[in-house]
Amino acid sequence: MKNINIIQVEDLTKMFGDFTAVNDITFEVKKGEIFGFLGANGAGKTTAMKMLIGILTPTSGEAQVANFDVYTNPDDIKKNIGYMSQKFALYDDLTVKENITFFGGIYGLSREQIKEKRCQLVEELGLSEVVNDLVSSLPLGWKQKLAFSVALLHDPKIIFLDEPTGGVDPITRRQFWEMIYKTAHNGTTVFVTTHYMDEAEYCDRVSIMVNGKIEALDTPKKLKEQFKVDSMNDVFLKLARG
Amino acid sequence: MSISLQHISKSYKDLKAVDDISFEVNEGELFGLIGPDGAGKTTIFRILTTLLIADEGEATVAGYDVGKDYIDIRNHVGYMPGRFSLYQDLTVEENLEFFATIFGTSIEENYDLIKDIYIQIEPFKDRRAGKLSGGMKQKLALSCALIHKPKVLFLDEPTTGVDPVSRKEFWEMLKNLQQKGITILVSTPYMDEAALCDRIALIQGGKILDIDTPEEIVKHYPKKIYDVSADNMYELILDLNEYEHNYSVYPFGEFVHYTDKRNDFDPKELIQFLESKKHKNITLQQTQTTIEDAFMELAR
Repeated sequence: MKNINIIQVEDLTKMFGDFTAVNDITFEVKKGEIFGFLGANGAGKTTAMKMLIGILTPTSGEAQVANFDVYTNPDDIKKNIGYMSQKFALYDDLTVKENITFFGGIYGLSREQIKEKRCQLVEELGLSEVVNDLVSSLPLGWKQKLAFSVALLHDPKIIFLDEPTGGVDPITRRQFWEMIYKTAHNGTTVFVTTHYMDEAEYCDRVSIMVNGKIEALDTPKKLKEQFKVDSMNDVFLKLARG
Repeated sequence: MSISLQHISKSYKDLKAVDDISFEVNEGELFGLIGPDGAGKTTIFRILTTLLIADEGEATVAGYDVGKDYIDIRNHVGYMPGRFSLYQDLTVEENLEFFATIFGTSIEENYDLIKDIYIQIEPFKDRRAGKLSGGMKQKLALSCALIHKPKVLFLDEPTTGVDPVSRKEFWEMLKNLQQKGITILVSTPYMDEAALCDRIALIQGGKILDIDTPEEIVKHYPKKIYDVSADNMYELILDLNEYEHNYSVYPFGEFVHYTDKRNDFDPKELIQFLESKKHKNITLQQTQTTIEDAFMELAR
């Protein structure tokens, strides 16, 4: 299962005027893999991710995501991926139930499917007592777990997570990662950015971007060997100073 | 005493954001408030900087009462809120000049204090603050908070969302400022930064879980922690959670941190259990307690 490429990127470049935000990056991500996408602020991670989720057209290079081309089929990409960020995930002024129904509808699920998914999700996350509460009243950790589940409602092939655990308490952060493990175990590819270097260790493979380029890409174990250090934090510090 | 809080409480409608908190920060100390979003950190900062009035309790900053001496406090503290407080449409230099002027000073007068930090953004002094990168904004905001030579510096989550390299640089700057005699109260959700403070308060849900030096907080931890790993980490976590004698199971970087309920725990038994679950390349060894372990134990 892990030998199928679900994301394939070749010489991908994005320029804004004279500025090369993403500079000729090449990599692939396998089905069911947890892929960590790291880099300093301003290294080009967000720009690269925007191209992969079909909302920004590259300047040059090739990229296929879930077997769809980023130039010709960006809308098909959007239907086949889930996306969750720290900044925006759910509507605060809707209840838990309304959020699930809303996003289920957006993803094109039928009423029956939405109901089935909702019951399953509420049960799994232990949200039955707050299902009619506004999302704004939930603790951040619950919100993030709910947002993650909502981004998976339509059984996407890949889920993109942009700093999903920022500011979350350490216990919930770990519960969140157990959900990530489970999702990958079930065959969904997880593409994740984070500033927590212990979380980089949870990834199957990690890439580190520096000034628009991918400067390192391997398993956490091999990266630590390559840079002769004990932690991903030290790998990052060695590389990312640019 | 540079900062003192006695039985401070603050509620927003039904939510008790800060619940009977007391602590003191010594002069020249680098003191950390460590806790997740919603812990009450920002409310404490806003009370101490006189932007919010506590429902109950007393607090002083640099000897001034947060209630009746609020003007003195505002003149003697620097405050860098979590969201940047810069004027996006002013240039780097204009921002700094603005803050210097409203505090009745000039950039020249206190240049020495900010020099090490400001020098890194000075090449961009004609650029609008809105056009700066995150790391540069952070340096400018810190320069602006320092330009009137405050006795006490309040930094609310200065490193949130900042990459590890910039975080490391930022903490080096704080250490330098501390050398210059400034008392610093800093908050962060990153547990690894706790070790860089002289003393810390672990905080969650408006309450303090523990206050001490990072070394002592780690010593308060009641259990032996073991690093466990195996080829399939996901299955390992599931199986450890199923093991009847487990006390806690937390993924921790490349290992799982495991603690056992029993005082006479024999690691060999756990290895046998994992072998019976068909795990391969099992490793198990005792490890050092971290602040994060201590936090999770206290927050259970």
